[in-house]
Amino acid sequence: MFRNQYDTDVTTWSPAGRLFQVEYAMEAVKQGSAAIGLRSKTHVVLGCVNKANSELSSHQKKIFKVDDHIGVAIAGLTADGRVLSRYMRNECINYSFTYESPLPVGRLVVQLADKAQVCTQRSWKRPYGVGLLVAGLDESGAHLYYNCPSGNYFEYQAFAIGSRSQAAKTYLERRFESFRDTTRDNLVKDALMAIRETLQGETLKSSVCTVAVVGVGEPFHVLDQGTVQQMIDAFEIVAEQEGPAAEPDVDSGQEASAEPEPEQGAAAGEGVAPMDI
Amino acid sequence: MALKLPQNSLLGSQSDSQRTLYPYVTGTSVVALKYKDRILMAADMGGQQLALGSIDLKPFSYVHMRYKSVERMKPIGKHSLLGASGEISDFQEILRYLNELILYDNMWDDGNSLGPKEVHNYLTRVMYNRRNKFNPLWNSLVLGGVKNGNKYLGTVSMIGVNFKDNHVATGFGNHLAQPILRQEWHENLSFEDGVKLLEKCMRVLLYCDRSAVNKLQIAKITEEGVTIHQPYSLKTYWEFSTFENPAQGAIGSW
Repeated sequence: MFRNQYDTDVTTWSPAGRLFQVEYAMEAVKQGSAAIGLRSKTHVVLGCVNKANSELSSHQKKIFKVDDHIGVAIAGLTADGRVLSRYMRNECINYSFTYESPLPVGRLVVQLADKAQVCTQRSWKRPYGVGLLVAGLDESGAHLYYNCPSGNYFEYQAFAIGSRSQAAKTYLERRFESFRDTTRDNLVKDALMAIRETLQGETLKSSVCTVAVVGVGEPFHVLDQGTVQQMIDAFEIVAEQEGPAAEPDVDSGQEASAEPEPEQGAAAGEGVAPMDI
Repeated sequence: MALKLPQNSLLGSQSDSQRTLYPYVTGTSVVALKYKDRILMAADMGGQQLALGSIDLKPFSYVHMRYKSVERMKPIGKHSLLGASGEISDFQEILRYLNELILYDNMWDDGNSLGPKEVHNYLTRVMYNRRNKFNPLWNSLVLGGVKNGNKYLGTVSMIGVNFKDNHVATGFGNHLAQPILRQEWHENLSFEDGVKLLEKCMRVLLYCDRSAVNKLQIAKITEEGVTIHQPYSLKTYWEFSTFENPAQGAIGSW
């Protein structure tokens, strides 16, 4: 995308009917580190890649619990994400207080989208530079939504956002038909494999990723590193493993045929844009 | 003289005329119970208006007028029924609030809907909030409903006390009907038994509550919706020997 004379204000249309500032905001999402989400009939799993700035620092928090039945993973300007998470928590808590009932995910997502739309139509505001994957459970089942800086929202069976998310999306597109009826553990395994795709060669370890689950009878929570590492080991996911191109077997754990590769020292922060930090 | 509060008093709003002090047109008890997978509610159609003396603006507690066709039970949304005793105009105000609530709920058009639990809690918040401002909605409410096969029955008072139970009543119903219900209610009542039980309660209320009127309505809430039946009267028996000469055993001139 090149600079042009219609991209200074969010309130300026281009002759082709585009709002460039909004599109630039969506670019910010693309530059952030990857986040993925997938759902079955009863569970939703969120995962994200967590790259620390340096060895000395801790990673950015990209997955937020909004309520017992809703959680969100973000990509892009994490500060904007934090603010929106606070708004979502507030809305959920107010609804719970008044109605003693959890806020339906679909309604929260619409409120969020309307909030984002306001910023695309005020000259003194800028769009939020963060994409949100909202995972939640309500009366009508498990839901996964994606909220855009443009104020649009979509419901998905599985989705990935952020840098190198296309690799994850390809993986998810191959496998999504099996997600609906799969077990919770298989869903988490699929999430980890999708995250692995975005790492493009790096070893998948629990220290570079975060996984969270919400489901029937299971309030939203982030899985701790130990559990995640166990799952990774159990599924024997190896960096250079050739994933089976044809029917991946859902029930049995994948047998890794390749020998374990020597640890690849992937440069920290490679491919991660400054705005993600 | 009516008490005049100073303008900057902490006790609520500017002057007494803006705070509810006593109800004017009131309905009497509402009784409700759960049966099988549904809810039954009964209320009479009476409303009675308080008379006011003009001296001192203090109310005289004698009845001035009786209204005989006041509907004190109304369906709310798809899943609930609200019955109220107490000030009728406040009940109408509550119906306006709920109408707006249900309207906005429907406007989402997203397959979600507010069930009886949500409406009950919303009402609790409203009643408690008004009580805190010393301007209560002078009602005792009964909220019943069925959603997704789950039956719900709860009550809220004018000061915001709320709870759920298998059978509830307001006003005199608590003193006269609840003891009967505690004895005779059980989990698997049929519709006919439920109605018989409610009629038993309403008959006692008719005999013993001076503000009761012999014209009652029974309402039924099921998964399919709410039905409020046509009003009818209960058979009463006044030929008891004690009624013939009630003052017979009394000592004194009256």
